[in-house]
Amino acid sequence: MVTDFLLFIPLALIAIVSAIGMIISKNAMYSALNLIVNFGTVAVFYLILGAQFIALTQITVYAGAIMVLFLFVIMLLGAEHLRAPRKFHWQEVAALTAGFILLAEGIYIIFFKPAVVTGYPAVPIGYGSATAIGLELFNQYLLPFEVTSVLLLVAMIGAIVLASRRRKSTRSSRFDTTNPLITSDRQP
Amino acid sequence: MVPITYYVSLSAILFAIGAIGVLVRRNAIVIFMSVELMLNSANLAFVAFARYYAALNGQIFVFFVMAVAAAEVAVGLALIVAIFHSKQSINVDDLDSLKG
Repeated sequence: MVTDFLLFIPLALIAIVSAIGMIISKNAMYSALNLIVNFGTVAVFYLILGAQFIALTQITVYAGAIMVLFLFVIMLLGAEHLRAPRKFHWQEVAALTAGFILLAEGIYIIFFKPAVVTGYPAVPIGYGSATAIGLELFNQYLLPFEVTSVLLLVAMIGAIVLASRRRKSTRSSRFDTTNPLITSDRQP
Repeated sequence: MVPITYYVSLSAILFAIGAIGVLVRRNAIVIFMSVELMLNSANLAFVAFARYYAALNGQIFVFFVMAVAAAEVAVGLALIVAIFHSKQSINVDDLDSLKG
């Protein structure tokens, strides 16, 4: 029990500090790196809770793929710092107040309206392994799994369309001046 | 093992920090990362409750949340890049018109 807390408390502190560091660092690059640390600690929590497959998916998908995409876009845009100063100073105060009210509500409900909290039941052998997840996924959740593939396809097409629209529009505007059909169309 | 209350409180704290980040920050990319933090805290609660009931459904749901988050990040970052190319800024205070 004590060793569990010795593992939990420092990891929870690292998770909370890195989350706060993410939202207060001025440089978006440091925000991204803090978020990677946070994802790593959450992955360790998943391991403690017996979700090995989810923990490694967290590392590869979240800390790997998604954060690489974030870092790539930050570096591509050169958007580490915002150039324009913020316009509404009262927003910060209102946002902090609303956020702390949300936090207080959550803590109040968790600690002062407790359900009947019992210990953890024993889990079957292989709980949370890739085999167990895969069996569950392809037996009981086959349709959502297939819908996910459609969702990923749509996201991929959407990203490609959004990224290529600008180039297409500049090309067509270049054609506007040379194409006699379009220019004659414009002069009635 | 640490009681489930601790995991759920940690999840609530991370969610609140993410919500504060969405509200306070003006950089669209950081707002996006805060949304990821909130999704992640919800995932932590899912996994904790899955362990609490010794059921796998919570972990399956986390799997689907990750797929949705990946799709959302791909489209959202493409949108941010498109917005940056038309406005030369990703400050959300500057994005006050629907017309590009």
